[in-house]
Amino acid sequence: MVRFLLRRLGHGVLVLWLISMAIFALFFVAPSNVAQTLAGRQATPETIALIQHRLGLDLPVWKQYLNFVTNAVQGNLGYDYYHQVPVTTIIGQALPVTLSLALGAAVLWLLLGVTNGVISAVHPRSLADRGLTMFALFFYSFPSFLLGLLLLYFLYYRMTMAGFDWFPAGGYTAFSDGPAVWFQHLILPWIALALLLAATYTRLTRGSMLDVLGEDYIRTARSKGIRESRVVVRHGLRSALTPVVTQFGIDLGQLVGGVVVTETVFSLPGLGKTVVTAINQQDLPVIIGIVLFASAAVVVANILVDVAYAFLDPRVRLH
Amino acid sequence: MTAALELVDVVDEPKAIEGRSPLVLALRRLRRDKVAMISLAVIILIVLMAVFAPVFAAITGHPPNEQYRDIGLTPEGLPRAPNGTFWFGTDELGRDVLVRIAYGARVSLLVGVFATAITVVVGVVLGLAAGFLGGITDTILTRLIDVVLSVPFLLVAIALVSITGPSLSVTVLVIGFFSWASVARIVRGQVLSLREREFVEAARSLGASDGRIMFVDVLPNVLAPVIVYTTLLVPVVIVTQATLSFLGLGLPPPTADWGGMINSSQNYYTTAWWFILFPGLALLITTLAFNLFGDGVRDAFDPRADRS
Repeated sequence: MVRFLLRRLGHGVLVLWLISMAIFALFFVAPSNVAQTLAGRQATPETIALIQHRLGLDLPVWKQYLNFVTNAVQGNLGYDYYHQVPVTTIIGQALPVTLSLALGAAVLWLLLGVTNGVISAVHPRSLADRGLTMFALFFYSFPSFLLGLLLLYFLYYRMTMAGFDWFPAGGYTAFSDGPAVWFQHLILPWIALALLLAATYTRLTRGSMLDVLGEDYIRTARSKGIRESRVVVRHGLRSALTPVVTQFGIDLGQLVGGVVVTETVFSLPGLGKTVVTAINQQDLPVIIGIVLFASAAVVVANILVDVAYAFLDPRVRLH
Repeated sequence: MTAALELVDVVDEPKAIEGRSPLVLALRRLRRDKVAMISLAVIILIVLMAVFAPVFAAITGHPPNEQYRDIGLTPEGLPRAPNGTFWFGTDELGRDVLVRIAYGARVSLLVGVFATAITVVVGVVLGLAAGFLGGITDTILTRLIDVVLSVPFLLVAIALVSITGPSLSVTVLVIGFFSWASVARIVRGQVLSLREREFVEAARSLGASDGRIMFVDVLPNVLAPVIVYTTLLVPVVIVTQATLSFLGLGLPPPTADWGGMINSSQNYYTTAWWFILFPGLALLITTLAFNLFGDGVRDAFDPRADRS
């Protein structure tokens, strides 16, 4: 088990290293006029050169990369071009927003997806099954920005016009500033994200439940006279959840860098929105730092999923 | 069914049993699927709308980028609601929303088709190579797949497009570049088990080259999952393109595309519902039709999945 873990960790580090190189190369071969922007329109070439020197932009790319990696290994991802704030601080500020969004939505979509999947699987081809499958597919087809705008239109604009200002138009309030306000600001983004993702889980749970419910041990459990609800939940769902757990780990890792749209629509200052702002300002250290951080989240999530799998199924460890 | 087995069927009993390839059987199942057929009809309608976009412009008499600042905008400079002249209303610059939706279909479908094609071709070839050749090729390609799948796609796509400047080819390439890995992974997995089968050994003992075995003998056997994945990939690609446009990284203005229209309608959603409703509906109907059709294709090619 330890060897398996070490090998996976090694792979993870290798993947991150390759990504860091690729991203660094990509952004540094692109023409950048950030020094010009910083210096202002009337700047002399000397000023621009000085700024470039101070930002380390006059060094050869490979040397910049070496500096970056040396610092990154020590937990320093550099400083943003405009205010010299450490990128790790910027990530530290944006991460709680993204995590609040992702985790809250996760609770919703798991509840929704797994419940619907189980109902579908227990009564396959019934009206409920067909209805829920259509429901899932409908929201799965929804572009996330469209769903977000729709929620804003009906639940924020229309409700507020009607005198019920239950849902704010966007923005974020920290949990420590009051859980109720925090909840109020996040409920629409949660719904928007959860409806999209629940579809995958409905389908996954349904498929895996159908397989499990056909197994011999389910028949055994039934023939022992165990209540049907207990058979379905205790015996069926328990083993049917393995693929769901896997998918959940992968999705959660992806979400760290994948909620750009939801954060933009609902003006949540999370990682995604921060990157979009940084891109508009050509703030390279911030872009590279957050992209790397988000990649690391995917890599770590994948390792955790593999480890969980290896615990559940010892055969995996051999490969 | 392997290619070799079917050959035997046809040669031995040409009359007694009619040889039907799995593809024919799947298509037959697909044709009986009402939902899939309706979705296909909707897809064909959308394609026709894209092809005949100039007809929309001719009938209404409004070119897609013509700004009717006099008759297309209210005295306050706001978009006009649907009326006899502008059936779907106008946008913030007084342009005809209906005509722009028809032209926007071209962008969505072009990106959908080309990016999917690149993704599938690259994914299949690299997946075949990794699974079949094994060894160092497999190690390198698998590592590459891991890297691509670990990259936060949307973030990097946004960054890339902002560097290169938005254009149709950049969008297609960026989507293709980040999507091939999942196809390659699926194909590799299938090929890994296929290459141990007898028919591959038979082909090899007949002196077939690696390339021939890969593309003539193994490839047809992985087509079913690839076809299923491809049909389900098209709507994902269309949404991705629309998302990039929505974030302001679509096609440079004044080109009409649905994501861009929805983006500019955001500031008007309280005053001009038609401006967001119609492009939004166009996008939603398109993705829904492709997803429903893809679902039907999946059922048709994998009847064991019990419609799950």
